[in-house]
Amino acid sequence: MTQLQIEIQLIGIVTAVACALPGVFLVLRQVAMMSDAISHTVLLGIVIAFFIAGSLESPLLIVGAAMMGVVTISLVEMLVNTRLVKQDAAIGLVFPALFSVAVILISRYAGNVHLDVDTVLMGELAFAAFDRWQGWGLDLPRSLWLMSVVLLLNGLLIGLFYKELKLATFDTGLAAALGFSSVLIHYGLMTVVSVTAVAAFEAVGSILVVALMIGPPAAAYLLTDRLSHMLGLSGVLAATGAVGGYWMARWLDANIAGSMAVMVGLIFMVSFLLAPRRGLLALVWRRRRQRWEFAQTALTIHLLNHEGKPEAARENRVTHLQEHLRWKKDFAGQVIRRAEAGALVVRKNGYLVLTENGRLLANKAMTH
Amino acid sequence: MIELLNNLLFDYTIRTVALGAATLGLVSGALGTFAVLRRQSLLGDAMSHAALPGVVIAFMLTGSKAPLVLIVGAALAGWLGTLCLINIVRYTRIKEDSALGLILSVFFGLGLMLLTFLQRSPDARQAGLDNFLFGQAATLLERDVVTMAIVGGLALLVLALLWKEFKLLSFDRNYGSSLGFPMQVLDVLLMSLFVIAIVIGLQAVGVILMSAMLVAPAAAARQWTDRLSIMVLLAAFFGAVSGVAGALISSLGRNLSTGPVVVLCISAIVLVSLLLAPNRGLIWTWIRRVRNRRRLRLKPVLRDLYALTNQHDNPYYPHHIDALRTTTGGGGVRWTLTVLEELGWVQRINQNHWALTPDGLSEAKRLTTGDVMRET
Amino acid sequence: MTYTYAIEVEDLTLAYEEKPVLWDIDLHVPEGILMAIMGPNGAGKTTLIKSILGLLTPAAGTVRIYGRPYREQRHLVAYVPQRGSVDWDFPTSVLDVVMMGRYGSLGWLRRPGLKERELALEALNKVDMSHLAHRQISQLSGGQQQRTFLARALVQDARVYFMDEPFQGVDATTERAIVDLLKELRAQGKTVVAVHHDLQTVPEYFDWVTLINVHRIASGPVVEVFTEDNLRLAYGGRVGFLTHSGDDGRER
Repeated sequence: MTQLQIEIQLIGIVTAVACALPGVFLVLRQVAMMSDAISHTVLLGIVIAFFIAGSLESPLLIVGAAMMGVVTISLVEMLVNTRLVKQDAAIGLVFPALFSVAVILISRYAGNVHLDVDTVLMGELAFAAFDRWQGWGLDLPRSLWLMSVVLLLNGLLIGLFYKELKLATFDTGLAAALGFSSVLIHYGLMTVVSVTAVAAFEAVGSILVVALMIGPPAAAYLLTDRLSHMLGLSGVLAATGAVGGYWMARWLDANIAGSMAVMVGLIFMVSFLLAPRRGLLALVWRRRRQRWEFAQTALTIHLLNHEGKPEAARENRVTHLQEHLRWKKDFAGQVIRRAEAGALVVRKNGYLVLTENGRLLANKAMTH
Repeated sequence: MIELLNNLLFDYTIRTVALGAATLGLVSGALGTFAVLRRQSLLGDAMSHAALPGVVIAFMLTGSKAPLVLIVGAALAGWLGTLCLINIVRYTRIKEDSALGLILSVFFGLGLMLLTFLQRSPDARQAGLDNFLFGQAATLLERDVVTMAIVGGLALLVLALLWKEFKLLSFDRNYGSSLGFPMQVLDVLLMSLFVIAIVIGLQAVGVILMSAMLVAPAAAARQWTDRLSIMVLLAAFFGAVSGVAGALISSLGRNLSTGPVVVLCISAIVLVSLLLAPNRGLIWTWIRRVRNRRRLRLKPVLRDLYALTNQHDNPYYPHHIDALRTTTGGGGVRWTLTVLEELGWVQRINQNHWALTPDGLSEAKRLTTGDVMRET
Repeated sequence: MTYTYAIEVEDLTLAYEEKPVLWDIDLHVPEGILMAIMGPNGAGKTTLIKSILGLLTPAAGTVRIYGRPYREQRHLVAYVPQRGSVDWDFPTSVLDVVMMGRYGSLGWLRRPGLKERELALEALNKVDMSHLAHRQISQLSGGQQQRTFLARALVQDARVYFMDEPFQGVDATTERAIVDLLKELRAQGKTVVAVHHDLQTVPEYFDWVTLINVHRIASGPVVEVFTEDNLRLAYGGRVGFLTHSGDDGRER
């Protein structure tokens, strides 16, 4: 690998992890679509700040973008508070409008500078390594510096407020009772998302920001139940997606950001299908097994309900069971065979009778 | 203005563009009403982004840029995206918002990847596929518009035929099932209509902003009416107006994509609706609140004037307005007094002095004794 | 055709994901009675109604209405869902909602006309709501919303009514009016099954009661079934608390 390739991948990895960390909380707090809204509207913040500062490298750009992120959420909440539109519609109204203003401003007044609409969507990761900064004796791409700072900041903030974030995410009521302002945490998180989005923006484009913030945490959510593991796993999956996406892009000679998003999607798909406990295959397999267990329990409960009652003669006849439980004939036969094999029921002249085991199972199921 | 109108009627290109934009606005406005009412506003966003790879793949496979081919590709991809979304939500603990964001960004990423992959070949630029990002209404040809109108017309026809069933689905799905209607089938059908509404607008508005055409006209229309049928008609109208306005404005400027301009037009309509619509509009709500507050002030001012006259033998003794300002507090005392004067309860003696009238006196007495009774 | 029961439920079993929600429920409800379904939170009361109506797919069991499978007899059944299950900000009027009750008999494609309108107004009259027929539904009080839903079920002209918490969050006048309506339905030989919360009003409002807690505890006439023992079986130790807070379930 050349130094250039390594540097591009490093930028990808650092950006991916920086996005995935706050993304975990977006996914858990069910506000993932805010990242879509914010990653679009920060563009307006950048454009306005650019007109004020006159340069694309001014730190004002990040401030402007972060403020626009907060403005976006405030606008959405203001709209919801009027009770004239629902929340989903409010999001769907605010960000296209702000994004449109930004796109028009760019194409009308900033067409000759290095800020065009395609870059906004796709990023220019391939060229990111050419713009370099020196510091502490290191000569590294500007994006790498910037994203490393953002990653550090995100890690630091999450580390510092880990307890508060966890509480506010899983138990809003308790958090409020303990005096953590959920509004403050919400806005804080959204500011972090905005800053991350704008920093990642010119390297990878707005769409990859959304993919990286939501994809790895969503995949990790299917793999673990613990918040700390989910954070770590999201970072690892995000980095994997970045590297895999880079090589896919090279192989196809296609856009790097788009390829990374596709790779993130593939990682999610693998997790969706194969996750040990929550994946689709595990679910299907578990359902198949449970279907039999469930049917056998249902059978014992049915027998118990009617045993010793006058209708038992009718209800508990082997030939009538399938009709009464509305089971298919083969299925009912199988269930009875399995229950017999498991010593839950025994057959006595055409009737089914519960064994002691069967009665125990039925009683246990009915009292949970 | 005259020239614009003249162009609209007689200039082939502009007329085509306007007709196309009107069609897309009409269809997406009408269908979007149901998306907004069912709280599926963001579904359109995911669907339209998901359509991009469909457009690119359709072009790659057929080499054709015929609108019907690209529409079919977009519709299939949009459909596939929706299918993925539904299954992720059904089979995992991932919530709808995350699934939406995931589908949206991954499908769009795939579209970008394929688009850039294509652009290595010389004919890609000329295929004008990047117009699908932000839309370019100027590229619409007459046959495109005819395709849009036929496909969109069919979608609207289905909507009209199944009007009562879709209403039931949107308002009370379970009840509809209990009546024996297959709600699942209707649900899938309605989503397919959303996909159609989105794909016929892609060429003119683009995948990124097309979702706004589904949400905004309906959100604006909702403010003006409490009836579903009128809401659908109004949303279609708003959609068509903003589509035409946006397409024309963008055709005037150089280097201006249609999508953002159309979105700004419809956003302006939304803003006006939120502020000005009768009953629901924010300005009317505000005026009502101020009026109520002022009406509530009538009694205290009258009572205070009465209390002041109690210090004199003459109940009609005029008092300076400043005395009332101190007792009642706050502004608007003069306005309140004017209203009281119109009611015939007080009279103005000179510039700043006011006194009770006989009617006002009895009213004030009634008020105070009422208060006493309430307090005991 | 002869039949014994308006509603027959046999061996109804339903599971969500892994957890069973209803185990082997049997119900035999004779014609012309008012029956309450009761049980603690999470006992599966709403689930029971929904699976009888086919809104949820049971893992096992059969439902018959007047001796024939539910699917064939759907036109005899009316459903009153929980008031909170819909968006009352939906742009439509009271009359329009009530006319939805006729959609089932109209079938596909046909629109409601003058006849449906008259039937809807008649039903609104019965619940004392005709003066509000053209009102936007977002402007209704809780009690008025409930009456609208009842009118919508009345207009179906069914023989069996399933109501999910009809007394939830309504004012005293509406509660009275609903009780009168239930008794009127009974007088016409209709059968009503309602999910109910308030233990104290059971003997006054209902003839029969079914107690469930995942499985069926007891089902039968109030005098036989509504006993301390059965209630304890259904509610566990919480029964004392429940019998002494009569307003549970009324007015939030």
